[in-house]
Amino acid sequence: MDCIELNDLTKKYGSYTAVDHLNLTVRKGEIFGLLGPNGAGKSTTILMMLGLTEPTSGSVRVCGINSITNPIEVKRKVGYLPEDVGFYDELTGMENLVFTARLNCISGKAATHKAEHLLRRVSLSGDAHKKAGKYSRGMRQRLGLADVLIKNPEVIILDEPTLGIDPKGVREFLELIVELSKEEGITVLFSSHHLHQVQKVCDRVGLFVNGRLLAEGDIQTLSKKLFTKGTYAIEAGIAPSASDTSAFAGKKYSAEEVKKVLQSLDGIIDVMAKDDLFVIECSHDATTEIAKAVIASGADLYYLNRKEYGLDDIYYRYFEGDSDHE
Amino acid sequence: MISTTAILKEIQIMNNKTGQNQLFFLHWLDRTSRFFSGIRLPEWFHKEDKNYHPFRIMVDKEISDHVKSWRFIILIAIIALTCLGSMYTAITNISKAVKPDDPVDAFFFLKLFTLSDGTMPSFFVFIGFLGPLLGIGLGFDAINSEQNKGTLSRILSQPIHRDYLINAKFVAALVVISVMLFALSFLVTGLGLIMIGIPPTAEEFLRIVTFVLLSIIYVAFWLNLSILFSVWFRQPATSALASIAVWLFFTVFSVLIISLISKAIAPSETATPQQILHYEHLKLNLMRFLPNELFSEATTTLLMPTVRSLGPLTMEQVYGTIPGPLPLSQSLLLVWPQVTGLIAASILCFVVSYVLFMRREIRPR
Repeated sequence: MDCIELNDLTKKYGSYTAVDHLNLTVRKGEIFGLLGPNGAGKSTTILMMLGLTEPTSGSVRVCGINSITNPIEVKRKVGYLPEDVGFYDELTGMENLVFTARLNCISGKAATHKAEHLLRRVSLSGDAHKKAGKYSRGMRQRLGLADVLIKNPEVIILDEPTLGIDPKGVREFLELIVELSKEEGITVLFSSHHLHQVQKVCDRVGLFVNGRLLAEGDIQTLSKKLFTKGTYAIEAGIAPSASDTSAFAGKKYSAEEVKKVLQSLDGIIDVMAKDDLFVIECSHDATTEIAKAVIASGADLYYLNRKEYGLDDIYYRYFEGDSDHE
Repeated sequence: MISTTAILKEIQIMNNKTGQNQLFFLHWLDRTSRFFSGIRLPEWFHKEDKNYHPFRIMVDKEISDHVKSWRFIILIAIIALTCLGSMYTAITNISKAVKPDDPVDAFFFLKLFTLSDGTMPSFFVFIGFLGPLLGIGLGFDAINSEQNKGTLSRILSQPIHRDYLINAKFVAALVVISVMLFALSFLVTGLGLIMIGIPPTAEEFLRIVTFVLLSIIYVAFWLNLSILFSVWFRQPATSALASIAVWLFFTVFSVLIISLISKAIAPSETATPQQILHYEHLKLNLMRFLPNELFSEATTTLLMPTVRSLGPLTMEQVYGTIPGPLPLSQSLLLVWPQVTGLIAASILCFVVSYVLFMRREIRPR
């Protein structure tokens, strides 16, 4: 079942198009990562999902409800954690949570009970009665997560939630999100420009640049789509055999020489030397053949890896491509 | 009686066993609370268990914010002190103000609010002067501080209508202002009662109540103006300055400007009475663009029943009238345009801020 459906969603500010005919679906129960650089239109898209700003054209449906005509119902089901969330400084963390709960029509006692439970969950119960103004950045973000969860949401939208938290805090925060999503079956939309975090937690990723969705899918599909253009990249560490007494002894192979070794194989497109390794580009998965050929030639094979692309590579690769277009 | 001795006994036991102090205290608390639970408290007292409408909860929060804030305490201190001061001058001078054969004697009590010996303005002048400050003080950061704190987008992502926020801000400030002005006026009334020993008549009391209602409307105008600026400007400092600038303009500069204009268009000495009358009307109507002028005209009429007209009167009109105070209904009729003007001005400000706010895109800070 689709939990979030965006159809041809467009948002224009004057002549500037922030979101350009966006089509996106997020399935129920998955963690979807919205990945893009600053100013890509991620936040604007999220605001439109919540009915906090009106789209120029197109439609948004969240949990089957139209966000433009019926934002209240959507907001009943969706928890939104804005980037750099703010709390009422003069109230305690607990009071802030209870206030949100009561805005969601949860009665006073139930709200207190729930807030206590959630504060324990985000490990803030020790600071529950401290003024929110005294909270650190990471604590505020965790309080924000509790604040989002207090209404029992079906979907939570996190806009750059890890900004400005230290690495340990980030790890804990991400673990908490995954845990919650799996336990309670909450659909999570996670917007970030941090590739590693998205890679760590998200089931599927949408790559979002200049208001358009460039690619969508899990990390493997994405890397397939964006990178290899139908080719495989294999990293190999090849060195002359230690027992070799020929002219090559003690020297390093050059790319040309490796190519010579592998020339008998089908589908080898190119060989490049990169640091200590050789990157072999081929039209099909030739890992086994390469290994056999190298061993047969008498050289040492000390490293062999079919390259999986991380989001980092996807990101940079895309921007290289992007600069080519312009 | 039995339960009291039982409690006393338990306290003694508590003192003997200090280690279990807390346990006993809890037990004691439990018993006393059970004792009192026999008395049924009204439904509204069990606030925690009731499921209030979100709007009510927002208003509650805003009111408690206002009441706890330093800003409000300072404002209330300033206003209370000045009002007590004016009250004091009124009381010390009241004996001189009473003339034996004055028909206004009937409205002796209202003099407490209007009397002044020149050293210190009277109560109603003070309210007219400090009321705007109160309104501005409670409203100038209504929306933009929420935006700057980052709470705006969090609150508006809760399942509430967007206008709840701005309405709650307005209603809460209005409630606070109303309670404060009523309390203050009744305190002045009560104090006057003690000091001079003459109780107000029913009409005087009604006049005081209408005066307070009028002051609330006047302060509501300034409140709405400052809320408008708080929606308009991103920085609370800017909106506070803008509101104060408007206030200063209305109280100081506009009067100067209007007197300049009226001097420029003044009719010559040989002008006909019609021309002079026309000119006087024009001057008055110019003044009536100022909300503070409307307020002072309205309060003067309400608190001084002898005021029979707010415009120029010809000798023909005055001829044959018996000098006497107007009844409350007639005074109200006289100030009705002023009151309508004030309400219209505050509604206008509110509508503009409402429209601005509803169409705004709510970005996190």
